This record gives sequence, structure tokens and C-alpha cells, in this order.
Amino acid sequence: MNLFQSLTNAMDIALASDPSAVVFGEDVSFGGVFRCTVGLKDKYGADRVFNTPLSEQGIVAFGIGMAVAGSTAVAEIQFADYIFPGFDQIVNEAAKFRYRSGSLFECGGLTIRAPCGAVGHGALYHSQSPEAFFAHVPGLKVVIPRGPIQAKGLLLSCIRDRNPCIFFEPKILYRSAIEEVPLKDYTLPLSKAEVLDEGTNVTLVGWGTQVHRLREVAQMAHEKLKVKCEVIDLRTVLPWDVDTVAESVCKTGRCIVAHEAPITQGFGAEVAATIQNECFLNLEAPVLRVCGYDTPFPHIYEPYYMPDKWRCFEAIKKVINY
Amino acid sequence: MIMASICRALHILKHYRCAETWSFRSTSVIATKRWKTSSVPPKHTAPIKQSYIEDRPQFPGSKTRSWSEKLEFTQPDIYDGIPVYRVMNREGKILDQSQDPQLSQEMVTNMYRKMTLLNTMDRVLYESQRQGRISFYMTNFGEEATHIGSAAALNDKDLVFGQYREAGVLLWRGFSLYNCMSQCYGNVDDAAHGRQMPVHYGSREFNFVTISSPLGTQLPQASGAAYSFKRAQNGLCVMCYFGEGAASEGDAHAALNFAATLDCPVLFFCRNNGYAISTPTKDQYRGDGIAARGPGYGMAAVRVDGNDVFAMYNVTKEARKLAVEGSRPILIEAMTYRLGHHSTSDDSTVYRSVDEVNYWDKQDHPISRLRYYMVNKGWWNDDMEKEWMKESRKQVMEAFQKAEKKKKPNPELMFSDVYDEVPLHLKRQMEEMKGHVSKYREYYPLDNFEKWDS
Repeated sequence: MNLFQSLTNAMDIALASDPSAVVFGEDVSFGGVFRCTVGLKDKYGADRVFNTPLSEQGIVAFGIGMAVAGSTAVAEIQFADYIFPGFDQIVNEAAKFRYRSGSLFECGGLTIRAPCGAVGHGALYHSQSPEAFFAHVPGLKVVIPRGPIQAKGLLLSCIRDRNPCIFFEPKILYRSAIEEVPLKDYTLPLSKAEVLDEGTNVTLVGWGTQVHRLREVAQMAHEKLKVKCEVIDLRTVLPWDVDTVAESVCKTGRCIVAHEAPITQGFGAEVAATIQNECFLNLEAPVLRVCGYDTPFPHIYEPYYMPDKWRCFEAIKKVINY
Repeated sequence: MIMASICRALHILKHYRCAETWSFRSTSVIATKRWKTSSVPPKHTAPIKQSYIEDRPQFPGSKTRSWSEKLEFTQPDIYDGIPVYRVMNREGKILDQSQDPQLSQEMVTNMYRKMTLLNTMDRVLYESQRQGRISFYMTNFGEEATHIGSAAALNDKDLVFGQYREAGVLLWRGFSLYNCMSQCYGNVDDAAHGRQMPVHYGSREFNFVTISSPLGTQLPQASGAAYSFKRAQNGLCVMCYFGEGAASEGDAHAALNFAATLDCPVLFFCRNNGYAISTPTKDQYRGDGIAARGPGYGMAAVRVDGNDVFAMYNVTKEARKLAVEGSRPILIEAMTYRLGHHSTSDDSTVYRSVDEVNYWDKQDHPISRLRYYMVNKGWWNDDMEKEWMKESRKQVMEAFQKAEKKKKPNPELMFSDVYDEVPLHLKRQMEEMKGHVSKYREYYPLDNFEKWDS
């Protein structure tokens, strides 16, 4: 199963196991522009899997309303780049519904799915990774999977979690990431990072597509520099798993965090600040960030913009030789 | 608002012939009195004749002049729908001679050439994307008349805010094939230095604001630009193109409402082509299309056959006149059909039938309709068609090859235009990028790019 199929499978299970669940968004009816909802309308009917008019603020708010009224709402925003018309509804409404009413009302049944990240030719408006905007919002959960097995378990967790969740799907992985995904119903814990490759010299932290680059870099560092890197997939960006990362950095003494979004005020800044606080006496080098530059996401300059393996490799050399 | 209500209250009180000098305070006292004693007139006034009181609703929020004692809902089907204005039938015959715009042979031929040139460019660029030579493309198939008919009726200085499927407007104004191709390739001659995806054109010279992918964002911006034009009294208007899908965005509501309340000389031009990617209009709205929203916003609206280039021309010409002379917005809904896929990322056969597409392609194509007209007039024939097809293809291919050969701009340009001047942190990031890329040069596509000064 590839990533988009594992997501379809997760939504299939959500719809089958929860009669209140609905899936909706722009072009969702025919299967979605990334084919994530293929077959679901035929299987569950047009009142449960449906197209909405073209309005992201409408989609988010409609989902909030459904969740407040007791339904499980899985809303699709066609591209994460287009989530911003829904920003007010997410930030001021979804995230604060529970708090402002003392839990009298809440919209925890809402999950917003949105494809994010670079694909090689997406330019300004089909490439962004806006997780940091939402990681700044108390009340939300922000989750980003790196592959099909994880995506299914994490999406089902988000759908069933009693808090509004934003689920960013790295769209370059929709077709390229293929794994043996169990068909059964399963969930994976939110706010729990995953240690992928154990190492003793440098901790590499990432999420989504970046995890794959970091693993490749770890391999390269091992071969070329004899450096052993520990790669951590954060999986949930908010609330994030400080303990797993801190424990690793206390062991390695070095930490690099990498993401595609611009460096300034990216989530890497949060990780770096927390780690220097948690692991100050264990650090052998400053925590480094390898990120997109502080420009809009550029079309033809993408190869230069990306926190690619060579930039990450260079950062490893830097922290080792500090 | 408050003053308006007070004036209205005063107007009512005049009927009582009260001789007092009104102050805010006395107004409210008397007004209260008037309602309390409406059945028994105050003694110092003459008996009221019922006819003196205009018994109509005075609420500030509506224009209505009548009360109703019958509980009735205004149903969405109170009328049969706004008709579609047309000039030619499908065979290119003028239906009402008074509506013939009487355009010269030269002008009409130019319109035809631009429509077909756009069509040829679309075919070549679509194919080039399929071959992996450009990253993405969006064709304009089937909507050529909406572009050319409207653009021809505007003043070339009118500012255009487009969505993304209005390349014909640019071609009409003189944006060259090479300009288009350079943008699609993101080469050194692209004004935006290759930063945007293909078809995100823009031109200062031709008063066409650079395209942005997010939908509907240009609409309220167009209202603002039009307000600025109004204050400048420059005799121009703003033209804003958008699709019926984008009209569902919150921005569309803000745009129409702002333009109406602030009397902005802007033409909102909806290309209603039946689909927003896969979403058919029945999932997009339940009312009578987009034009029907005009009256709701207090805005004149018209629906027009978007496959009839003369109808497009007449409507835009008249709308422009109304907008500029009356300083007000006009809503135009051009009914047409998107013959191509939404983009090269889309396969429309999954959600619509080939028969449906064929119908529009074969039976109601804007280019064939204009050709029929020209042939009837004796202005065009098969030989001319053949000759022009050869010539236009040659023009397109020449521009294409020229653009393809050009290098991409210097990667330093990734960092410019973020701000008016490159701030220190971006200068440092740029140096970091250059240092890194120089060190690992074999892993970066430097040969395709212009060199930076080291």
C-alpha cells in the first residue's frame, strides 16, 4: 500500500466503525485530487463522503459545527498552502472551543487533512509546510506522518482523539512511499516520537519527508565520517515529545533539527530552544537547524532552497568538529 | 447611520406639524410619544388623515416599500433565471442586427487570430509538459472568446486581476508568445525570475497583475484597486476575472460587498465553465449561477454567452461604460465550458463523460462560431485557415525553442524581492547558500543556471 492508499484505508475504517463520521472537502467526491478518498463515496454514500463548495474557511467551520453537534468530521483542505482562509476558524474557533466553554462544548471530533511539502515543482503555493503556524496554537494537535503504516495509525488516532487535529500529509510520499500496511484497525500514539536509527554521536530530528533525507544522511555520515547518528521522527509536532528527543541528545551531545519550512520561527527553533534548556550540560555543540531559507518557496530554485542531504551532511560535519 | 434614522424620524414627525425646535433629546421624546399615542392624536395637532402617513417599513436595513400580512417565503425559483445574452447563434449568424458590434474586418480577424494563437500555444505547451519539458500547464481550451471578447472591449490601461486561465487577455494586449514561454520555463527572461509555477503571468507593461494560485484572493483586491482608480479620477476601471468555483470563497463575498458599498468601478467577470477541477456547478451553488448574486449585493449583473465573442465584446464594452461613468461595480457571468482538463495534474475523464466534452467541442466552440461568421462575411476561407495555422504554429514553435534554450536565472535571485531591499539575514543566508553550493557543486544543477558573481 502506498501512502494515499493507507489514508483511504484509514478513512474507510473510520467511516465503517463510526456511523457519525463524514469525509468532505473540495473534489472529495470523485476521490480527491490526490486520490485519497477513492471509492469512499460509493461505499458509504454521498451524505457521508461529499464535495463542498470551494471555500476553505467554510470547510473548516462546517467541520467544527459538525463536531460540536457530535459528529466525527474529517475535512480535507486540498493543499496546506490553501489552509489560510480557514486560519481564523482553526486558531480562534477550533483551538479555543473547549477552553472558552469549560468543556461544555468542544470540537474534538474534527480532523483536518492537508497535503504539504515540496514536490520538486510546486513553487510558492503547492509546496509550503505551514506546521509552525499551527504549532503556535494551544488547543490544536499537529501531526505529520512519514510513511503509509504510520499514516494510517496516526490518522486514525487523530480522528478518534478528542481534540481538533491537523494532519499534514507530505504529498511527495503519496505514491513514492510504499509499505506493507496491516489491514486491521490500529492506532499509533500521538505526541510520541519514534527513534528510527540508534546512534551515539549526533541526534537528527525531523518529521515527514525530512525524516527520509535524515536517514539517508545518517547512512552517509556513517560511511564517510564514521559518525553514528540517531534519527528521530517527531511524528507529532504539537504537543511534541520533548522527553524522547532530550534523552537522545543527553546521550549524543549533539542535535540537528531539519525542516522544509523557512528557518525563522520554524518549529526547529522550538526544538532547539527546548533542547538547550533540557540538555545544556550534555551539549558538545550548539543545536543546529537546517531548514528552508527565509523566502517564499521558489519554483526553479527549489534544489538550492531545500534542506537537502548535502546541507544536512555539512551540518553533521560542523557539530562533530565544533 | 444614526443621523439617517433621525432624519427619517423627523420626516414622520413633520406630519404632526409640531412647531417645536427639534433637538436630539426632544426628537426622541416626541418620537416615543408619537408611537404611544398613535391611535389618539395629541390635542394640539389637527386630526391626521391616514393618507398623510406613508405607512411603509422604515427599517434602516432594507429598501422595501411594502408590508405584507401574508406569511410567505421568497423562494429561490421566483423567476426562470437570468437569460443568456448572445449576438450570434452557433452558426455565427447575427440574430438581431442592432446588436452587431460592427467591428471592422481587421479587428475581427485580429480577434480570430489571437483566439487561435492562444489555442495553438496551449496545444504546444500542454504537450511540452507531457514530455517533461515544463513542469505544469493549464490550457484555455473553450474559453477563448471570454478572453478575447472582453479584453478587446477594455481600455488597455484598465488594470486586470486574473485568476489563472486568462492568457488570451495578455495575448490581446501584446504580451508575446515568448513572454509566455519564458514564464513557463522560468528562464532569465521571465519577469518573476522563475519563482512561480507556469502560467502565473504578470505584466506591468500590459497592466496585468501577476497571477497568484490561491483562489478568489484577487477579487477584493480588485475592489480596492478600483477604489484607488476612482479617487485618482483616471477614467479607468479594474477588470477582475474569476471562476464560478472561486466565487464560493469568502473573499468573493467581501469583494462584491465592498465594491457595492464603496462604489468601486470594477468589473467582476466570472468565467462559469461548469467545473472547479472535478466539482460541477451543482455542488458549488444552488442559486441561479453567479449573476443572480448581483442584485443581492446591490449590483447590476448580466449573463452572457461566453462562447460568443461579440456578445462578450458588447457586454464588456457596456459594463465598462457603466462602471466608469457611474462609478459602480458590474457583475458579468460568462457561461462557457472548460474543454480541457483543469490542469496537467488532472484527468477529467474520471468525472465527466467524453460525450459531454465532445458536444461542446464540436457543437459550440467559440472559435468555430467566429470562423462561421467570418466565412459568411467572406473574410476567411479554408486556404487562409491553413496558411494561418501553419504560420501560428511556426510562431509558437519559434518562441518555444527560443525560451527553452535560455538558462535559468542566477540562484541569488531566490533572495531578492522578498523585501524591497535584501535584509541582512537574507544576505547572510544567500552567502551561506553560495558557499555550500560551491563546496558541493557537483550535486547542484548549476549548469542550467546563470552564474553568480563570486
